[in-house]
Amino acid sequence: MNLMMLLEMAAEGLGDRVAVGPLENGMTYRQLYEQAGMAAAQFRETDGDTVVLCDESSPAVPISLFGAAWAGMPYAPLNYRLPDDDLSSLAQRNTPGVAITDAAGAVRLSGVERLQTLTRQQFLEDPANGASPCTAPDWSMDPDDIAVLLFTSGTTGAPKSAVLRHKHLVSYILGSVEFMGAGADEATIVSVPPYHVAGVSAMLSAVYAGRRIVLFPKFDPDDWIDAVEREDVTHAMVVPTMLARIVEALDARGGEPLLGVRTLSYGGGRMPLPVIARALELFPITSFVNAYGLTETSSTIALLGPDDHRLAQYSDDPSEQRRLGSVGRALPGVELSIRDDAGTELGAGEPGEIFVRGEQVSGEYLEAGSLLVDGWFPTRDGGFTDEAGYLFVQGRNDDVIIRGAENMSPGEIEDVLLTHPGVSDAAAIGVPDRQWGEKVVAVIVLSGQTTQPPDGVVQSEIQELVRQRLRSSRVPAHVVLVDELPYSDTGKLLRRELREQHGHLGDSDC
Amino acid sequence: MVELKPGARFQSTVCTTQVIVVKGDGEAELTCGGTAMVAAGTGEITGEPAPDAAEGTLLGKRYRNPEDTVELLATKGGSGSIAIDGAALGVAEAKTLPASD
Repeated sequence: MNLMMLLEMAAEGLGDRVAVGPLENGMTYRQLYEQAGMAAAQFRETDGDTVVLCDESSPAVPISLFGAAWAGMPYAPLNYRLPDDDLSSLAQRNTPGVAITDAAGAVRLSGVERLQTLTRQQFLEDPANGASPCTAPDWSMDPDDIAVLLFTSGTTGAPKSAVLRHKHLVSYILGSVEFMGAGADEATIVSVPPYHVAGVSAMLSAVYAGRRIVLFPKFDPDDWIDAVEREDVTHAMVVPTMLARIVEALDARGGEPLLGVRTLSYGGGRMPLPVIARALELFPITSFVNAYGLTETSSTIALLGPDDHRLAQYSDDPSEQRRLGSVGRALPGVELSIRDDAGTELGAGEPGEIFVRGEQVSGEYLEAGSLLVDGWFPTRDGGFTDEAGYLFVQGRNDDVIIRGAENMSPGEIEDVLLTHPGVSDAAAIGVPDRQWGEKVVAVIVLSGQTTQPPDGVVQSEIQELVRQRLRSSRVPAHVVLVDELPYSDTGKLLRRELREQHGHLGDSDC
Repeated sequence: MVELKPGARFQSTVCTTQVIVVKGDGEAELTCGGTAMVAAGTGEITGEPAPDAAEGTLLGKRYRNPEDTVELLATKGGSGSIAIDGAALGVAEAKTLPASD
């Protein structure tokens, strides 16, 4: 198995269809295949063992991803937004290597030993760089070869390299995408950066489905709406913060619905219910898909499909409405198991840690080896399933608030906070408490229309709201108003940052 | 006889068909166009499919045996039809999963 097998099939079946870029002069599948062969030839001639990509989205991304697979080298996209020192140290861990980067990146990486840099411009003008292009399909078919190395997001601790082998990614694509399943008029806009697992899987899925890729490197909600209309985009994947901003921008334009988008998928973090509820109105005929997955699982392992979204929107049945807050059910070929701290499997409705098993699940890091036990990967995410198998993710286990030996999921409290009409975004965190070990702090953003109420009013209203809906232990001891919550550029709420910012509300002596 | 295991690739010797094993294990008589398939890259196309095994194999389609113990994916299409132990394989139905990335 090799990722190149997917591109070879697309080039054979849909050679003249545009793979990447505008319909008029984009790169076809056959051209992408040829460019990958040229890139592979150059990669093989370097002294590098790894192909590093330190750049925003451009056609160099699919060419280097497939070129690396052809050459038999792991492809390692880096987060170019990191500070210089962090970036250099991650690059260093992928040497000897060859890096594709922009002009600024070439300067930033110049101090890294045994890393040859190519600018994106050089690479796109001449991917072979004098080498004789690979044309015969002579890539390795060893399923255990490493295809992609992704640094896990690192919101806590030092980043680790997640290992995705060809067998994991190919299994994911074969298990979830129909070959040439896309119509000739379909196009998907890729807004996630290349170093995110969804940035990798988006390329592979689109190539195998035969769906044209529209690259959208610098996210801005108004530009996104314009690009969707200009490029006849039919499919989109966004992270929650992006959707929140798109919804705001559409409302600012007068709330005119976007009708061209057939499928809008979202994932990569917790979606606030009010955002998705408004999005369902602004995209009235769009199929919504909520995808849940991790870097270590080759992207999506569970999804909530279009019918479930509309059912929840229009249903009077609370259990169907509630599913809008779930991530749906496991993909075919993927098994889920909820377990307690002792490893015992739990039943429906009982919260525990989410374990996952399947051919697409890697669960392996370069530094720590494989975490799989009998094929099962402990996700570190907490959650539960309902009677019908719908999975509710409650957030990272590391983020659980422990008050008086009682484990509380921040997500459960946040869902309640977000039901307040004046609240547009909310987080619940734990800070040290002398008596209880930890106490709950609610950090909330008031929605634009709400005028700033007098001191104390918000606090008592919020506390009363939580008291009515949840056990009294969940009632926030403090309610803090902020202008915005801190998110990573891929939409993950940075809880560690929040705990640092608001830790002073806790007792300093414990 | 060839050994079917996930990831193994085979080619026809009577048409352009190539397949990769998605599911399966153990030995089986794998034919295309009525003639035994060989490991990919180890044979040449020298004949033609037999008339009773010439309905063709389509690129990108999955083929399964009735017992659902073997699944093959056609990585190249051709004019011969594939069969296991003499029984023609059927095209597996397309999945209906929505695009998630």
